[in-house]
Parts: sequence; C-alpha cells; structure tokens
Amino acid sequence: MITGHRLRVDPIACDGRGLCAEVLPEMITLDDWGFPVLRDAEVPPGLLDEAAEAVRLCPRLALRLDHPPGTPGAPRRRTG
Amino acid sequence: MNTLDSGQRLVRGAADVQAGRFPRLLPERFGAGPAGLEDHVARYGRLPRGWDGYWREELIAEVGRAGLTGRGGAGFPTARKLAAVAAGRDVPVVIANGTEGEPASAKDKVLLACAPHLVLDGAVLAAGMVGARQAIVVAHDAVREVVHGAAAERRRARLDQVKVKVMTGADRFVGGEASALVNWVAHGVPLPTASPPRIFESGLHGRPTLVQNVETLAHLALIARWGARWFRSLGTPAEPGSMLVTVVGAVRQPGVREVEIGTPVGDVLGLAGGPAAPLGALLIGGYFGTWADPAVAGPLPLSAEGLLAIGGSPGAGLVAALPADVCGLAETARVARYLADESAGQCGPCVFGLGSIAGALADLATGRSYEPARLRRWMAQAEGRGACHHPDGAVRMVRSALAVFGEEIDRHAQGWCCGRRPAGVLPVPLRGTP
Repeated sequence: MITGHRLRVDPIACDGRGLCAEVLPEMITLDDWGFPVLRDAEVPPGLLDEAAEAVRLCPRLALRLDHPPGTPGAPRRRTG
Repeated sequence: MNTLDSGQRLVRGAADVQAGRFPRLLPERFGAGPAGLEDHVARYGRLPRGWDGYWREELIAEVGRAGLTGRGGAGFPTARKLAAVAAGRDVPVVIANGTEGEPASAKDKVLLACAPHLVLDGAVLAAGMVGARQAIVVAHDAVREVVHGAAAERRRARLDQVKVKVMTGADRFVGGEASALVNWVAHGVPLPTASPPRIFESGLHGRPTLVQNVETLAHLALIARWGARWFRSLGTPAEPGSMLVTVVGAVRQPGVREVEIGTPVGDVLGLAGGPAAPLGALLIGGYFGTWADPAVAGPLPLSAEGLLAIGGSPGAGLVAALPADVCGLAETARVARYLADESAGQCGPCVFGLGSIAGALADLATGRSYEPARLRRWMAQAEGRGACHHPDGAVRMVRSALAVFGEEIDRHAQGWCCGRRPAGVLPVPLRGTP
C-alpha cells in the first residue's frame, strides 16, 4: 500500500551518526562508511511511527519525512 | 522587429549574409583577438530589442522550436528552463556560467576570449526573456579581462537595458555545478547546496535563478536574430544546431572546434588534425564522460542519440584521445583521484565513496590488487547519494573504464601493463593546500 509519506536524507547535513538505522532497520541500512541507505523512500503504513521517531532522533536533523499534500504532519505529533 | 515568426529572419542587412556561414560561434580565423562591439555587430547584426510580455513568450516559444539544449553537460532543454524561471513569483536573476572547471575543456574560455559580446548578448537577452534586471557573467580567470572589457564597452555604448555584472569563477571542478555557482556568487563559497529548493524556484538571494552555460547563451543570441528554422538547418532533427568541442590528447592539432551535432566522432578527431599516434581509447564528454574503443566510437555520431550505443553523451563537448602506449587504467586512476579530491567534501558517500574508488583504481593500475566485487559495491553505494551529481558522474566514468579496459585489467592481474609511457595525457591540475 502506498501511503505517500516519503523519507529523505539531506546528504550535506548527514554526518553518518547511524541512529536512524537502529530505529528503523526495516527501511534504513548503512553503507560501508556508515551513511544511511534508504531501501525505499515510501514509508509503509505500519512503519510511520518508527519513521517519525527516526526523524526526531537524528542529531543532525538530516532525516526528513515528507507527508502527502492534505494530510496532517507526523502521525504522532510531539509538542512542547 | 519585435515580433518573431518561425523561420523568418528578424534582422535583414549585412548580418543576413553571415547567417548561413559556418562556424556560427567561433571566428572564421583565429588569432584576431576578442571581437570588439563594432566587429561583433558587423558580423551578427544588432540584438533585437523589445521587452514586452508578448515578445518574451514568443521568443521562449521560438527557442523551444529551435530545440536548443544546455551546452554545459546536462543537455536540458533551454526553453523549459527559461519558462520555469519566467514563471517564478519573485524578480528573477540570470547567471551566465563560464566557469569551465573541467580541466581538459577549453570551449567556454575560447568562446569568451573570441566572442565575448555574443555571450553577453545571450545573457542580456535571457534576462529580458525571464524578466530579470540583472545578468551576472561568471567567467574563468583566464578570460576575466576580456569579459570585463566587453562589458565596459557595452556600458559606454549604453547598449543594454539590464545590469551586467562580471565575476571570476572559483577554479574548482565542482564550481560550475549550478547550485555551487549560485553559492559562489552569493557567498564566495563554491559548494553545492541541498535540493529542494531548486534554484529556478529559489536561487540567488531567494530569487528564481536561471543558470545557463555561456555557449548556450551564444546560441540563444543567434536564435533571437535568425530564428528556429535557421538554427535547425544544422545538426540532427532530435538535436539541432552546432556545438563547441574540445579535442585533446593524441591528435595533431588539439584545440576547440565547432561541429554540427551528429558529426561522427572520427571526423571530429579529423578536424583536430587526426590521430598523432595509434589510439588506445577515447574519453568522450568530459571527466564525467565515457571511455570508448576508438574503432567502436569513431563512426558514431557525436550526439546524445548517437552515443547512447556506448552509454555516453556529448556532455560538455570533450573528446580526449588516449594513445595506445599509455595505460587507460592508469589514466582512469589519475582522473578518479582528481575527482575524489575535487569533491566538495560535504556528503559522506561522495567523500568516502570516491576516495575508496580512487584508491581501488590506483591499486588496480599499479597491479597491487583488484577486488572487482568490492569496487562494484562501492560504486553502487556512491552513485546517486550526493546533494549534487558529482559522485554519479565520477562513477559513470569509472564504470565505462572497467568495461572498455577489460583486457588490460586481465593483463594487470598477471603483472603486465600496456603502458610504455607514464600516464598524464589528461590534465589533472595540482591543488595547493587551500
């Protein structure tokens, strides 16, 4: 099923800390130098929470989750 | 004179006679120095004027009918870029890209050195077409004075309705990449930036920005004068017009030539005096280009369509001839090291990937070791993973080398090498410590 929620890495901001691959191993592996490789940009519905968590945990703010137009932001928005 | 009818020449007079002549961009005789404004107008006629909205749209449509594509390497349709920038919400800005950071290429420098006014015509025209008030020409240091001189001559003659600013480019390979060029103009830092936003939406100081190669702008200046039908009278139906090429390496008269798109690669070598020695390989397109067997590539048309057969493209118009007594693997290793060192250093997969690939190629070239599976994995991991296309271009060049120099790889595995002379045909600038 296509959710339209897409992950992307800003390769300039990314420093290869690797937290994203630990939180979201289903979608993200690391290359030979420790930088994230997305298996697929499209986030399946069952992994939306994990994807949002990986985005939140990235210390370099290099991981982004783009939502399809017309949908609210992250599925579980943290405020405050 | 402000309206444009496809196929109808806009300017009649002395310049009309010139319209049929070839070369279009380069002087008929070299050595005369840069064409001054008077000589330029005598050869090409004046640039058609008129900046109303109708004229803009008509001219962009005419460029579309001409089928002009970018001559900086990517070959993007110029009319689509013009239309995208013209549709922007803010007042756009035009940047003419004459940085030519490709070490083996000289076509933009030669064009700017010989016909600076043709490029400035194009830059001013493009600014008018997208509604910009300023055109910034970024030229390689080697031609800085000529371009400054030409811009000053135009200011004195009160020729242009837009402001023309001339800057010197950063002499770096990646400095000509469009977002790096915008960054250089804005902040003096020649590094690519993350996309989105795309620069045609938000580039220099947040404005919609048109970055066009200087040769593209020169063609644009002629399409505005003589129309699409004239432009299409050379080249192939899919890729009309002429293009500048730089022919280097083992040819008798290396240098810049103007050729009809679709001219067979072998004929392009012929225009440069023909091979000066038996050839082992050709590098076509540039350092992001494709290595090819001269016997295979010789009959192919120098066009995107024609070079598809070898997975190549005309790129930025480089044709480099490697003599048979120089090892192609050693040459590839040099270029790969250069490209790795020229990484802007921002994206991990580019920094580490190209570095690893260059190291593996050096080991292969010197016969130290070769692990093809590992090299293939590294290429796959570097490709498509930078903010710009630097790693992709480098990987493309290396892939073609591994395909073309297959026999040589086997020889190296047995401790032999075809090289009778040290590699060093392709120029690789040495960088001082920054």
